Amino acid sequence: MTWDWEFAWRIMPRLLEGLVTTVQATLLGITLAMVLGLVLAMLRRSEVRAISWPTAWVVEFIRSTPLLVQLYFLYFVGPTFGLTMGALTTGVLGLGLHYATYTSEVYRAGIESVPRGQWEASTALNLSPVTTWGRVVLPQAIPVVIPALGNYLIAMFKDVPLLATITVLDVLGEARAVGAQSFRYLEPYTLAGLLFLAVSIPASILVRQLEVRLARRP
Amino acid sequence: MLSDNALWRPFLDGIWITLQVTFYGAALGTFMSVLSGLASMSSVRGVRWVSRVYVDFFRGTSAIVQLFWIFYALPLIGPSFSPMVAGAVTLGLNMGSYGSEVVRGAVQAVPRGQTEASIALNLSAMQRMQYVIFPQAAVSMLPPYGNLLIELLKASALVSLITLADITFVAQVLRVNGTASTLTLFSIALVLYFVIAQGIALVVRLAEARLSQGLEVGRGAGRRAA
Amino acid sequence: MPVDLDVPVHPRMSEVEGSAVRFQQVTKSFGDLVVLDDLDLDVAAGEKLVIVGPSGSGKTTILRVLMTLERPDSGLVQVNGDYLYHEERNGRLHAASQRHIRQVRRRIGMVFQHFNLFPHMTALENVSFAPRKVLGLSRSEGVEKAKDLLSSVGLGDKFDEHPSRLSGGQKQRVAIARALAMEPEVMLFDEVTSALDPELVGEVLGVLRDLAENTSMTMLLVTHEMGFAREIGDRVVMFDEGHVVEAGPPEQIFANPQEQRTRDFLHAVLDRK
Ligand SMILES: Nc1ncnc2c1ncn2[C@@H]1O[C@H](COP(=O)(O)OP(=O)(O)O)[C@@H](O)[C@H]1O
Ligand SMILES: [Mg+2]
Repeated sequence: MTWDWEFAWRIMPRLLEGLVTTVQATLLGITLAMVLGLVLAMLRRSEVRAISWPTAWVVEFIRSTPLLVQLYFLYFVGPTFGLTMGALTTGVLGLGLHYATYTSEVYRAGIESVPRGQWEASTALNLSPVTTWGRVVLPQAIPVVIPALGNYLIAMFKDVPLLATITVLDVLGEARAVGAQSFRYLEPYTLAGLLFLAVSIPASILVRQLEVRLARRP
Repeated sequence: MLSDNALWRPFLDGIWITLQVTFYGAALGTFMSVLSGLASMSSVRGVRWVSRVYVDFFRGTSAIVQLFWIFYALPLIGPSFSPMVAGAVTLGLNMGSYGSEVVRGAVQAVPRGQTEASIALNLSAMQRMQYVIFPQAAVSMLPPYGNLLIELLKASALVSLITLADITFVAQVLRVNGTASTLTLFSIALVLYFVIAQGIALVVRLAEARLSQGLEVGRGAGRRAA
Repeated sequence: MPVDLDVPVHPRMSEVEGSAVRFQQVTKSFGDLVVLDDLDLDVAAGEKLVIVGPSGSGKTTILRVLMTLERPDSGLVQVNGDYLYHEERNGRLHAASQRHIRQVRRRIGMVFQHFNLFPHMTALENVSFAPRKVLGLSRSEGVEKAKDLLSSVGLGDKFDEHPSRLSGGQKQRVAIARALAMEPEVMLFDEVTSALDPELVGEVLGVLRDLAENTSMTMLLVTHEMGFAREIGDRVVMFDEGHVVEAGPPEQIFANPQEQRTRDFLHAVLDRK
């Protein structure tokens, strides 16, 4: 089999359509992961051990098991309990949940990177908790957090094709469908790979630049 | 039902496959991490460039897409591999592209004085790396290396998609056969992965304790946030 | 990095036969900062040369150039008559190969201000390691040698300790033993007591004094311990701003310095005490 340019050109619109779905899923997924991650981070910081301890284990469990199996779990187990969601919704939920365990660690590290003296100084100045968090802690924690979040955004983008296994028509889903119809796999899978490169390499460069810029800030 | 042989037998086989593909992937991944990490610090520009392209390529594409490409597309224009080889190679090359940075970071974190002392003792560049720099870097490499192994284990579930009968594959087959409820099957699969991951983490911690004996740098020197 | 000079070998070669170390018009800059400015310096075989001078004047750089940790921008460095950074071919000097540098470097050893011990090795391994790997000693020969040397610096009971369990003074004595194990002809000591707590300085100076009195090794010592310099130095070099300000026997430099800059420096240092 040799590369067929004409065929490749013909299937490109479908793959690009898939790319739109991939980007959508990534953006929804990262939003969910950022919110859920914050919740997990706060639960873990809780002084009540009955809260912080189980949270730590749940995070550890989700973090050390495959996203693919978690997607299957949501997709196949949910309906047996009458919980039926669309494939894309299920996928976004899975991505968000899985990556929340990573973002929660990012938040934790960011908050811990602020020296104790900063909290103590805020107390000494009698700042309210809101002011302490909003004006002292977070402004110092966020520059630490942003590049890491950016890296997870890219990582998630590359995990979206897993959603193809639960019938989402992302880039890979489209490529598979094209392959199944035409019995040509070379072009769809190669183009799918190239599309990922085309997005993630510039994205990584952007994150790296952001990292440098934030690190340079006083 | 949980004592059912029809349930456990396949899962046991699945565990064995998962362990194998993880092991082979880890072996290749470790090799590639060191090779590419050292290459990225080479004084020869071309060597640095090759390492860079390798890292960017594998980090820039998705593991599942790589796997499908190697297993479904590559045979059409080149060699074809068994699922086990295709799986281990993809996982290993992927891990290496992340491990490369781990190795580089850890090597560069070894204080300059160590290199200078080695020069003063007239060690060759090879001896310097082998006996002085690398052993110290290894200690700070271990925690992130452990994380990479767990990521590799997780990614190994992908091989179920190229017909390799690992834990995930078994769960899917049993689901289709209706051997047990989906809740049971996928819970078992998740717990199995979790247990293996904990095992890996334990081994890495033990190795770390062992390697850092007597080292001032020791634990946490190379630990990264997230 | 020295380039091919393509000049005839210096005609005064023969005059240098007795020098263990010779710097000829050595220049080294870091960016715009000229640290060694056309430095000429001769050290006789067996001589104990003490280098003093203000902080930042380039003393460390002299030693580092000799240890090949910094490449000079220009000039010639010789060790026992052999060029360190150049090779003679057909009567002309060319930039030396790595192999040549390694061969000449063999004759030099160095002790650092911050010890630079290998933290993953015991004291014994620190000392026996390089002789085995570089000089080709067997394991038992290396260990025996290391034990002798460690005992001679008063660490006969610390063979199996890692550096993290040693005091600063003990670390520095291991570092001295480690350098000695390579049997260098020239030893460089860069402020080897500066990083030590005051009460630990004496034990290290004791070892140095012992070496100075009982070996024929050529020694270059950078130090701020003026009393010690006076006691063991055959010659003292006052160094400032990339130049040798003045040089002479310790009695002369310390009791009767000729240069104003030397007097100022000595005042400043001795007042601090
Ligand atoms: N690697 C380097 N890069 C830039 N500047 C350096 C470097 N090493 C030394 N210097 C500068 O060169 C000068 C001389 O340094 P050094 O030889 O260490 O002086 P000394 O040992 O007399 O205190 C100092 O101003 C120092 O800051
Ligand atoms: Mg100095």
